[in-house]
Amino acid sequence: MKQVRNELWSAYQKEIADNRYYFARSCIRQNFFPAAENLYLKIVGDVLGRDIFDDERQTTCTGIAYHSGLIPMETIMTVVARQFSLMNEAGYENFVVSCVTSFGIYVEMLETWKHFPETEKKTREALKRATGKSFEIPKNLVHASDIIYKYRKEIADKLKYRLVNALTGEPLKVVDHIGCHYAKIFPSHGIGGAEYPYVLAGLIDEWGGTQVDYPERRHCCGFGFRQYLLKSNRGYSVTNSKKKFDSMEPYKPDLIIANCPGCTYFLDRWQYVIAEKDEKTYGENGSGIPVLTYEELAGLLLGYDPWDIGLQTHQVQSEPLMDKLGVAYDPSSKYKGLGGADLGLPENPEVLRCSY
Amino acid sequence: MARLYEQLEKDVRYREGMKACLNCGVCTAICPAAEVSDYDPRQIMNIVQERDEAALEQLLKSDDIWRCGECLSCKTRCPRGNTPCYVIQALRALSIETGLFIESEQGRKQLAIKRTVGDHILQYGYCVYIDEVDNETYPEQGPVWKWIRENRDSVMERLGTSYGKNKSGTLRNTAKESLEDLKKIFDETGGTARFDKIEKYSAKKAEEMNKEFSKGKDEYWRYLYNE
Repeated sequence: MKQVRNELWSAYQKEIADNRYYFARSCIRQNFFPAAENLYLKIVGDVLGRDIFDDERQTTCTGIAYHSGLIPMETIMTVVARQFSLMNEAGYENFVVSCVTSFGIYVEMLETWKHFPETEKKTREALKRATGKSFEIPKNLVHASDIIYKYRKEIADKLKYRLVNALTGEPLKVVDHIGCHYAKIFPSHGIGGAEYPYVLAGLIDEWGGTQVDYPERRHCCGFGFRQYLLKSNRGYSVTNSKKKFDSMEPYKPDLIIANCPGCTYFLDRWQYVIAEKDEKTYGENGSGIPVLTYEELAGLLLGYDPWDIGLQTHQVQSEPLMDKLGVAYDPSSKYKGLGGADLGLPENPEVLRCSY
Repeated sequence: MARLYEQLEKDVRYREGMKACLNCGVCTAICPAAEVSDYDPRQIMNIVQERDEAALEQLLKSDDIWRCGECLSCKTRCPRGNTPCYVIQALRALSIETGLFIESEQGRKQLAIKRTVGDHILQYGYCVYIDEVDNETYPEQGPVWKWIRENRDSVMERLGTSYGKNKSGTLRNTAKESLEDLKKIFDETGGTARFDKIEKYSAKKAEEMNKEFSKGKDEYWRYLYNE
């Protein structure tokens, strides 16, 4: 029965272009996991040998403001159209989105244009009047993790470490968090659909780990857009993350990997808040459960230096995970700046263990 | 002014989100907002499909339409293909357009979001930008973020970003031409008018509440953001 359930995802597949990508960046990933997107570009460009273009002319898609009820649909639609126009000008047809919120936005605008053709016409006219630009719809539009999924076997062949406990030989227990807007809005645009998303689970299976199938696996991280953006409303956000942590805790996960930059941020930072507020920690010996993005996990297993790929920029630290994986790291270079500059150390939280 | 329902029906999100609701309550069962407040999307759908103009006006003046977190879990689950979240998006837009948003505690808070994320878009080209995310406003960021911010030039350089630079890469300065395009798009498509409307109605409410109102993180902003 378990086997049958694990294969249900295979009914939901989508086309993922195999080369020549135009990369659309994420506001949250760039700020809070600042080495992640460069690592992604290196993995796709250098490790997989694909052509991926990073365009300095792009802007935010404005999705966080849109989902906070702040800006009109016509505005975000036209911003999306401008991004497509930039892709056309750069000579690309395959649009790759680094953010799950943005991915949901791009797909929603394309679907709206299909269902309400007059909105596409108005958008074309508005973009032309505002910027003089016109655009063609991308031939292929995917989330950045879809490409890592597509090439998971090629990456597996190059891994220096696998998701296996180096001491015991047991597979590591990995929680995958997909992010609501990856497939809940348009299930046919997500690998495995909304019920059995396989985009990250496929990485876990291929790279040697074991999936943690816990009751609240598909529950929202609690971003809530305007609910998080207002200090007065943040209880919404931490409560929903806590519901997930409490649900996964009995399975003793070694790691959480997240698809969406926002989810990565909340699952990381709310562990710190819950520790300091309730003296509750979810990892071993007072630590948290490390939360990595899919490209950070790929980079770590490929053998990149954990401090060059920015794992120290998370609040929950990754040393317990790296010790299990058998990853070698230099503790003395963790908090150094450019050229080994001494930048001091971050303060230690009172409860959450962050130094090793 | 056109009747509220006529205005609502012009919004494609309303037309896409409200097909035929049978009030089964599956949306409320799956809703993360319903878990942490008395928000009830089933009830919102019920009010809206009754087409009662007075009830709709009450809804636009209420906190209820601002409780949703826009996770869109309701879209996956509705057995009739409705999307309560899309209906909420249309209601929120109409609440701002009619100025009714200032009648509710939650609606008023749109000014606080406009003056952070909204203004960051046009100033930086990002919804979120490191220079504006301080630990006082966002205490959950924690000590590592504080350390990053205090040393951001060196840390960002070590991590290979383009922070503060006019070239492609992570956290690059958004080009002047791109910021101008954004502004022109906002002007052309109603984004600027929406922001102006939020400021205009908020000024009126701040005066009524006897709170200092100017710009940025003024007394009214601090009240909305924190309390």
